[in-house]
Amino acid sequence: MSAAPVLALRGISKRFGAVQALTDVDLEIRSGEVVALVGDNGAGKSTLVKAIAGVGPADDGVIEWEGRRVTIDRPHTAQELGIATVYQDLALCDNLDVVGNLFLGREIARAGVLDEVEMERRARELLSTLSIRIPSVRIPVAALSGGQRQTVAIARSLLGEPKVVILDEPTAALGVEQTAQVLDLVERLRERGLGVILISHNMADVKAVADRVAVLRLGRNNGVFEVRATTQEEIVSAITGATDNAVTRRQARTAEDRT
Amino acid sequence: MTTDLSKTAPEGPAAVPPPADPRLLVRQEGFAGYWNEFLRKLRSGELGSLPVVVGLIAICLVFQLQDSAFLGAENLSNLFVTATGTGLIAVGIVFVLILGEIDLSVGSVSGLAAAVFAVLNVGHGMPEWLALVLAVLSGTVAGILHGFFFARIGVPAFVVTLAGLLGWNGLMLQVLGSNGTINLDDSGLVAALTNHYFEDIAWANGLATAVVAAYFLVSWRDGRRRAAAGVPARPLAETVLRTGALALPAYAVAWLFNQYKGLPLAVVVFLGVVVALDLVLRRTRYGRKVFALGGGVEAARRAGIDVAAVRISVFALSGTMAALGGMFLASQINAANQSSGAGSLLMNAIAAAVIGGTSLFGGRGKTWSALLGVLVIQSIASGMALLGIASAVQYMITGAVLLAAVVIDSLSRRTRRTAGRV
Ligand SMILES: Nc1ncnc2c1ncn2[C@@H]1O[C@H](COP(=O)(O)OP(=O)(O)OP(=O)(O)O)[C@@H](O)[C@H]1O
Ligand SMILES: [Mg+2]
Repeated sequence: MSAAPVLALRGISKRFGAVQALTDVDLEIRSGEVVALVGDNGAGKSTLVKAIAGVGPADDGVIEWEGRRVTIDRPHTAQELGIATVYQDLALCDNLDVVGNLFLGREIARAGVLDEVEMERRARELLSTLSIRIPSVRIPVAALSGGQRQTVAIARSLLGEPKVVILDEPTAALGVEQTAQVLDLVERLRERGLGVILISHNMADVKAVADRVAVLRLGRNNGVFEVRATTQEEIVSAITGATDNAVTRRQARTAEDRT
Repeated sequence: MTTDLSKTAPEGPAAVPPPADPRLLVRQEGFAGYWNEFLRKLRSGELGSLPVVVGLIAICLVFQLQDSAFLGAENLSNLFVTATGTGLIAVGIVFVLILGEIDLSVGSVSGLAAAVFAVLNVGHGMPEWLALVLAVLSGTVAGILHGFFFARIGVPAFVVTLAGLLGWNGLMLQVLGSNGTINLDDSGLVAALTNHYFEDIAWANGLATAVVAAYFLVSWRDGRRRAAAGVPARPLAETVLRTGALALPAYAVAWLFNQYKGLPLAVVVFLGVVVALDLVLRRTRYGRKVFALGGGVEAARRAGIDVAAVRISVFALSGTMAALGGMFLASQINAANQSSGAGSLLMNAIAAAVIGGTSLFGGRGKTWSALLGVLVIQSIASGMALLGIASAVQYMITGAVLLAAVVIDSLSRRTRRTAGRV
């Protein structure tokens, strides 16, 4: 943990009208590390991701990339730095086919002419590497199921040479096998020395792959935990803000019922 | 570059290629396969150019039965030449429609360009070529202004271009000044746009041959590259068949032109623009961005596309094409006058794009639809003029055809939705 963070956020704040979505949020990601970002619905996780990705820049605060202060005011800047993002929503163009979506914004061209053959070949290769099964790479993504669309969005973030990959609830729509594959993928990204921010509501997934867990609560930092040294209960109570919360009460109830 | 994940994890799932999805519809071999695929596409609302081609044939048959001069060389040759002005404007409209927007100013912009040319060339004695370039650029500037207000200020395109419709028409009247009509040099460059014909029959036949050969070579090479790369490729027999299907109308039209005055310059320019912009749309990064915006602005923005720049450029293109079309329209009457770009021109240009199969809902379209659509509209106009039908009836019929096209567009969009395609 001594290495300098590749991406560091300091004092990020963001307002939407009357809603203070983020207040003074700090976060650090090092290379070869998986940081889980957790928090209840509306805690501000997606808002933070959008601030990093340049989709919805923060009002206040500093972003440091490899120790250098940077301004990320549009998605292109984030991509240039090496930040790849899988969004929770609105990530694909429905009218373009799978290949078109995978390479959107970074098409392969020969002498200015799109090289469809090469893009299709690489798309098939990439999808089979990720064991993604879709009927054809030439159908519009509107014809894919929610989970298939999600896997295409994930595959998309791996084109290019990202240094940090942000996954906003990547497994929310996925089946058992695809979820396991995404978790495998996250581990492979870590082995390759990439930094990963994983947002998930699934504590089992978080405990399985993350090195650290950063908790957001009502738009503020509510602790960063080393996964190995922390129990699930501690994380849950940080998320809900109380040791006596709905989760513990429910557990207590079910325990009583059993006896 | 693809992040190659398989190398670091040879034991990973990459080692086992996923079996083909058993639900995947695979086209059967032979003719039956193509027929079944065709029926399936019809059912799922992917009509493509089918309705317009069928409609065009029906229109030609009806008029031919009424008056045998309709399919004659002279009438058809004139029909093609007359169609180029509106057709060029419609090509620009196709781009705007793919964005999911509309440009109502194209009629006025085309009239403005004609007036600018007339005043610079006839009024100020500027060389024709320079006046022509400046006139076309005036359309570009108008388009950039529309694009700026739409993309940067956020005014709906409908309203901006409606303001343009009125404003540019006013500017045109101002530029033309008190005399109202400026006649152009009838042996000049602009006059030649629609009255020059390449008389030698080798021109038309040569062009048809070049087009067919280029199509075959490109398809064949593409097929070979695909086969070599191991991605699904079109079989050679299909390429040959498609080339044949293209050769038939190409040589028929060439023969027809040669029966009359030869290959019209206007048609060469129009076809050149349609082909060039088709390549831009389908084969360049820029074209991909235009489609992406039509399919989802936010997704496109997140993919790092400069949304405002693409929008402005599309309106600039639309303005440019409107001005260019305006020059061809001025060439036909050999004058710029107060009614240039007025009347049904705007509706015809938009109708042509939609009738040809470009969706009003954005995200789908081809420059070829401008060609097909304008042929439909011009055939109706020309056939009715031949039969001496009043323009009141012409308007109603063209309106009904446009309505039919929009209904087909909406219905096929609905079936595409239920079939899971947008
Ligand atoms: N575009 C917006 N306009 C106004 N308010 C917004 C907007 N986006 C988010 N918010 C508000 O900001 C807060 C944080 O939202 P955010 O989407 O970041 O939550 P989240 O942690 O990602 O939740 P979830 O787990 O449900 O995805 C919420 O209160 C939400 O209402
Ligand atoms: Mg969220």
